[in-house]
Amino acid sequence: MKVGIASTGLTKFSKDDISIESLMVSSIKPVFENASNLEQKDIDVVLTSTNANDKYLANIVSELSGISPKVAHSVESLCNSGTNCLVSAYAYISSGLAKTALVVGAEKTDSPGLVLEWDKSRGQYKHPIYWSSIFTQAYMRKYGTTMEDLAYVSAKNHRNALDNPNAYFNRTYSVEEIMQSKFLTENIRLLDCSMPCNGAAAILLASEEVISRFTDKPIWITGIGQKATSAGFTKNNDLSSMQSTISSVVDAYDMSKKQPSDIDVAELHDAFSICEMIELEDLGLVDRGKSMSYVKQLYDTSDRKINPRGGLIGSGHPLGATGVAQTIEIFNQLQGDAGKRQINGAKTGMVHNMSAAGTSSTVLILES
Amino acid sequence: MNKFEQELKNNNFVCSRCTRCNKIVWPPSDLCNKCFGDVVWKPVSRKARLIEFSRKNGEYFCMAEFDEGIRVMGTVESASIVHVGQPLTLTRCSYDDTEKFVFSTDEGK
Ligand SMILES: [Zn+2]
Repeated sequence: MKVGIASTGLTKFSKDDISIESLMVSSIKPVFENASNLEQKDIDVVLTSTNANDKYLANIVSELSGISPKVAHSVESLCNSGTNCLVSAYAYISSGLAKTALVVGAEKTDSPGLVLEWDKSRGQYKHPIYWSSIFTQAYMRKYGTTMEDLAYVSAKNHRNALDNPNAYFNRTYSVEEIMQSKFLTENIRLLDCSMPCNGAAAILLASEEVISRFTDKPIWITGIGQKATSAGFTKNNDLSSMQSTISSVVDAYDMSKKQPSDIDVAELHDAFSICEMIELEDLGLVDRGKSMSYVKQLYDTSDRKINPRGGLIGSGHPLGATGVAQTIEIFNQLQGDAGKRQINGAKTGMVHNMSAAGTSSTVLILES
Repeated sequence: MNKFEQELKNNNFVCSRCTRCNKIVWPPSDLCNKCFGDVVWKPVSRKARLIEFSRKNGEYFCMAEFDEGIRVMGTVESASIVHVGQPLTLTRCSYDDTEKFVFSTDEGK
């Protein structure tokens, strides 16, 4: 049974203080406005994606939206909660248990999902800047990467975000400005980091059987790969690579019968500049050690193929909403509705979303 | 505070070892993650190797691997430049809201 995206909704990513349920309902509103003939009674499943500690959130948000679904619950997996939630929704539909599922992800700036306290192996260095600094050092050691090479990721993604009206950032930064931004560690600058913020994103998935009632341009999820290598950072042996990403992309390519050369546009989880470089290679989009020259080339030619909405660095990173927002961008691209961000003729797109130092990853392949 | 944290606070790094299959379970747990056997507390050797490092405010932090294969992140106290692969000694460990591991380089040994 094919499962597709029928409609989507996004809020502006900001630091405005709004409750998690209000954020969620604000992103559900456009799902109804953007779909034809969608009524509350059409929705079989409501899944919420967040690290917020609020209980019974899927039911609360359903009630606030006038929906009485058959299934309502939350999905949490730190930074890749959003795509985990989409995969769960996909499974409800492909199994035949549901015909439609509404996924809604949201997070607030003060999310308890920012630091994984459980990971004793990280000692006193539990903040994400430390794992990213270790990845950066290992990658630099292997490939001779410089701070300037890393800054190109951030410069490119901030520039892409300029044309994304929902992005948290709305200004460009030069490579020099990024390199001179606040030193967090020896090899991490403030502008190499994604910014926690408030935001919500929602997606309506539907079965092939009913999707034409809601849209005449469905985008299909044709490939899924997920892997949870571990919870602790120190179990990822090769520090210039993310084991869970390699494993999940193999499954996603296999399920969709696609290969790297088929990917026209991709959203990658650039929690830090180094992440985009490592992921480009782990996903097979670029040869090992070639990310530096590839990213620079994307920047120099204003090519938006990677992170057209500005990635996490340019758009902001409301954890539970991120994977959903990444998927919405690929949906817009494949529908041909991405405006100034549009990659001409994009037919196949990829979403990569990961959590906790790359210990778990999700890869989705979407097709028009 | 659990046994692990208590011992760490007393400068003893202990980890759980399975009584059935001898596997070292790290981070510590009440049951073996290979065979679900019961575990006992076992002191971890103080000898480690530097896997990777960086610096914050001039202070080294690193990922280190103990002889048992256990990896942790900790501080390196060294007067000279450190390098990957070099031997380390766990000089101190403690627990105060979070685990702390402090290594020194084995210079001149
Ligand atoms: Zn055992």
